[in-house]
This record gives sequence, C-alpha cells and structure tokens, in this order.
Amino acid sequence: MLRIVVLIKPVPDPASAAERLTPDWRLDRTAAPPVINGNDEYALEAALKLVEAHGGEITVLTMAGHGATDVTRKALAMGATRGVIVTDDALAGSDAVSTAQVLAAALRELEYDLVLAGIDTSDGVGGVVHAAIATLLGLPYCSYAARIEPDLEARTVRVRRISPVGYDVLQAPMPALVAGTQALGEPRYPSLKGIMAARSKEVVTRSLADLGLADGSVGGAVSTTQVINARQPPPRAATRVVRGAPDEAAREVVDFLAERRLI
Amino acid sequence: MATILVIGEVTADGGLARISAEVATLARSVAEQAQGSVSGIVVATDPTAAAAELAGYLPAVTAIADPHAADQVAPQRVASAVLEATSTADYVLIGASPDGRDVAGILSALLGRGVLVNAVGVDWDDGPVVEMSAFGGKLITRSRFSGGTGIVTVRPNVVSAEPAAAAGTVTKASADAGADLPAVTVVDRVAEASAAAPIEEARIIVAGGRGVGSPDGFRIVEDLAEALGGAVGASRAAVDSGWIPYSQQIGQTGKIVKPKLYLALGISGAIQHKVGMQTAETIVAVNRDPDAPIAEFADLVVVGDLFAVGPAILAELRSRSG
Repeated sequence: MLRIVVLIKPVPDPASAAERLTPDWRLDRTAAPPVINGNDEYALEAALKLVEAHGGEITVLTMAGHGATDVTRKALAMGATRGVIVTDDALAGSDAVSTAQVLAAALRELEYDLVLAGIDTSDGVGGVVHAAIATLLGLPYCSYAARIEPDLEARTVRVRRISPVGYDVLQAPMPALVAGTQALGEPRYPSLKGIMAARSKEVVTRSLADLGLADGSVGGAVSTTQVINARQPPPRAATRVVRGAPDEAAREVVDFLAERRLI
Repeated sequence: MATILVIGEVTADGGLARISAEVATLARSVAEQAQGSVSGIVVATDPTAAAAELAGYLPAVTAIADPHAADQVAPQRVASAVLEATSTADYVLIGASPDGRDVAGILSALLGRGVLVNAVGVDWDDGPVVEMSAFGGKLITRSRFSGGTGIVTVRPNVVSAEPAAAAGTVTKASADAGADLPAVTVVDRVAEASAAAPIEEARIIVAGGRGVGSPDGFRIVEDLAEALGGAVGASRAAVDSGWIPYSQQIGQTGKIVKPKLYLALGISGAIQHKVGMQTAETIVAVNRDPDAPIAEFADLVVVGDLFAVGPAILAELRSRSG
C-alpha cells in the first residue's frame, strides 16, 4: 500500500488568456477561472495509476486562498482520497521561500511514501519550490520525472529523469519527493461517479497557527522579493502575409531571413 | 561592495554549458554597474575544462572536483559543494535550466534566500533589478530582493556570451560537503537517438505541429533545421501523436524558448503553444489556414501547404549557400 501526497496549485486558466496583476503587482486570482496547474495534473494522474497498481491512498495538498476548493474538488473527483487546504490571509503575496516553508510544515503533519508535484506552474514558472520543500524536509529529491516506479518491498523509488541527451535512471529511498512532467501521461477526466463520490470525501482546512507557524514568520509580509512595476512588451510589428506559388513564397521568406541577418 | 557569484553548469562531456557563458557575461555587466566583484564556481568529477572555459568570462573561478558527481544526481551535489561560496556572496546567478532551477531551489531552502526566476534582463540599482517575462510574454515585470541577498535564475538567450578582455584565474578546491542532502543515485544514463542539444539554448528553432501529419512529415522540419543550423521543436499535438519526443515540446507544459528565429510549420499557435515561444525575436509561420492564431503574432506568415513551401524554402536556402 502506497501513501502519496500530491501538491496541487490553483492557477488562472492559461487558456483564458485573461491573467493580469493587481494594482500592487500581485497575481489577480479573480481575473480568470482557477484550474489545477497543468503539470500538477500529470503528477496526480501518475499518483492515481500508482495507487491503482499498488493499492493505497492519495492526499492532495494545496496552499491557496482563491480557487483552492475548486481544484481540490476536481482532484477528489479524479480519484484522490482526501484534500488538505492551507489557507490564511497572511499568505497573500507569499514568495518561494514562504511557500516552501508552509508546504513543508503541512507535509510534516502527513504520512507518506511519496510526495509528487508538477515540475513548474503556469503562473509562476519558477520550478524552484519543490526542490526547496524536499531540502527543508530532508527528503531525497528527483525532478523532471518521465516515469515513477516505486518498489514497496525495497522501500525505494526509481525515477526516469529527463536529461539533455535522453534520460537518467535515478534511485532513492522512500519517502521521496518527485517533481513530474507531462511525459508521465495524459490526466483522466473526472467521471460522473467520481464527481458524486467527491462530495462526501474529507477536506481539511489548516491555518498557519494550525501548522505551528508563528505570525509574521511566513507570508507576504516577509517576502524576500517584490515586484517594482510591470509593463507590456512593445507590440510586435504587423504580420506580413505571403501568398502565392511555393517558389515565390520561399524566395520572400529567405529574403526576409537575410534582411534580418538570420542566415 | 556587492559580490556576485555565477554557478556554472557542466555538460555531460565535461565542458561548460552554453547558458553558463551567457550568465557569466550578464553577471560581469551587473558587477560593473554595481562596482562590485564577480566570480564563478563549477562542480564536476573533473571540473578542469569547464572551469577554464568559465574563466574566459570571469576574473576568478573556483573548480571543485567532486568524486560523487557522476554516480549521484547533479543538483544536490552542486548545491552542497557551492553552499559555502554561496553563503558568502550577496547575489547568485545561475541558468534557468533543469539543473539550475533545482540548485536554486535547494540553495534557497538551505540559506533562506529569495529567488527571482527566469530573468530576461538584470540591471543594478542598489541591488539587482530583474526583468521577468510573465504570462507567456504578455507582461514584463521588474522585481528586486527585499534584503541584501538573493538568487537569480536566468533564461537562455538573454545575452550573447562575450569573453572577458583577459582570462581569469582558476583555483582548485575540494568538495567538503557543505550540506547533508539525501543521496539520489544515478543507476543508468540513457542517450536517445533522437536527442539533440537542449532546445532552450538554440538560436534557431524549426518546429512542427499537427499539420506535419506523421513522423515522416517531420523530415522537412529536420531538413530545414539542419539547413538553418537550428534545433527541431514541436507543438504538443505532434508530441502527443508520438512523432517526436517530449524533450522537444515547446509550450505551457513543455519548454519556454526565446530563439532569434522561430520557424513554425503546421502549428496553429494556440495559447498553450504561444506562451512557450512568443518572445522569439522573429517568428515565421507556414500554415494552410490564414485565420490560424499564429497569423496574429508571427512576423511573416506564408499561407500554403508546408509540404510544398517547406521544400521550396529548403531549395532556396541551399541555392544561396551555394
């Protein structure tokens, strides 16, 4: 039996193209409908397949205000066993350091063999928080996973980590933290039965005080980074449209590349 | 006086990763603005070659020979070996590559330092001011660290690598483990036939999408990439169809690239792909559909069949290179 925690983050739906910042330069989480971060869904799907193969249970853990309930319900509908939501007004504007500390504190309360997460998020795109969480918890850490194969008897996990030339096969003792990619496989859609079952599944909400984190130790007030301003990039020049015979079009393309010193 | 440290990345053959030469060039200009000092550090089983290369860009480089660099996964070893040097530097610059991101995350946790990610520019104004491209290039934000320290991950192709006027010195050091990180063993390294240089570092990318239609269809994408001296990329549709490995995927759940030229063949340019490539300097697309989204943001669009236009471009390139 395998106990897995999957870290999921609600992000503004990238397909909406409606993302924006608030006047004080934070992500405006009301601008677009929240969805589970794409790479986190691959991690969740990998967890669901592992539990189908080995037996076990999945806890989804999220730290968020807006959208946490929506994404937790969806993860439960996909088949996760229970949800833990860390929410606190002080968390608005948290940086990577605080986010890692809070999620590490939440993980200390849980029992698991594996922690899975998406390799990065579509809103922040930093891809540094899971390495920080593993470090804070002293967990072996494997990233850029394309395949995850636990061995319950040996208490180890083998991970294919994508490398510049192919992949490396890593082995670590469990419990371990694995950050996964789209190569783990397409996430399933929640079934109607799953959606119905999710309604009665357990969702626990935790505050910073519940996690034993003192006021002012984490969150926006102690952020190590701050956005000074934001601007739109200069608009791209109008598109030049080329039609006509392939040979003529090809000459125009190559002339254009030569003008821009690209060949 | 501000001190800036560049953590260099070592490739599988022992050389310096191209992104690290770019990061070093950028760090040198930041240090100049700050009137501070800049140095570099590399960690490998045998760091000699990479350290010498990095010293071409920086005045002083520390080379750490780590006997476990080959049999354990790199980021943990690197983060541990550079911990002491990092803790005495004010700011650390590192490439936003897979290993670089992992090293940044580990060091952030060990030292409690903030991280500004995916820099597309760094200036100095009483501390680094870091430009980042947000929401797939829709916005450019400028950020800074609240305290006097921090870690910056830098995207590929932000600056062109330029060697310093004079080569720097290399000092050898041992890998006295600075942090007791759990070991992750590398039991096998597998090279795949289709593998190429990291696509994030390519100056020219020729990418194929759904319109390419088959693995054989990728031949024209590969031929054009070769003729232009570029790398082959793909949209998710082509990866999901199994025509090309995931390592070449560009977009929201793949790589984010910023090449000088992006030539898109049979790619519609949906938002999930657009966020991965729209900061390319020049975008040229070949697409049958004049109303495809890519026609709204490409610099030049050829409306036509990629299997007719592609070979014609290839022939034209070959005739001019004579």
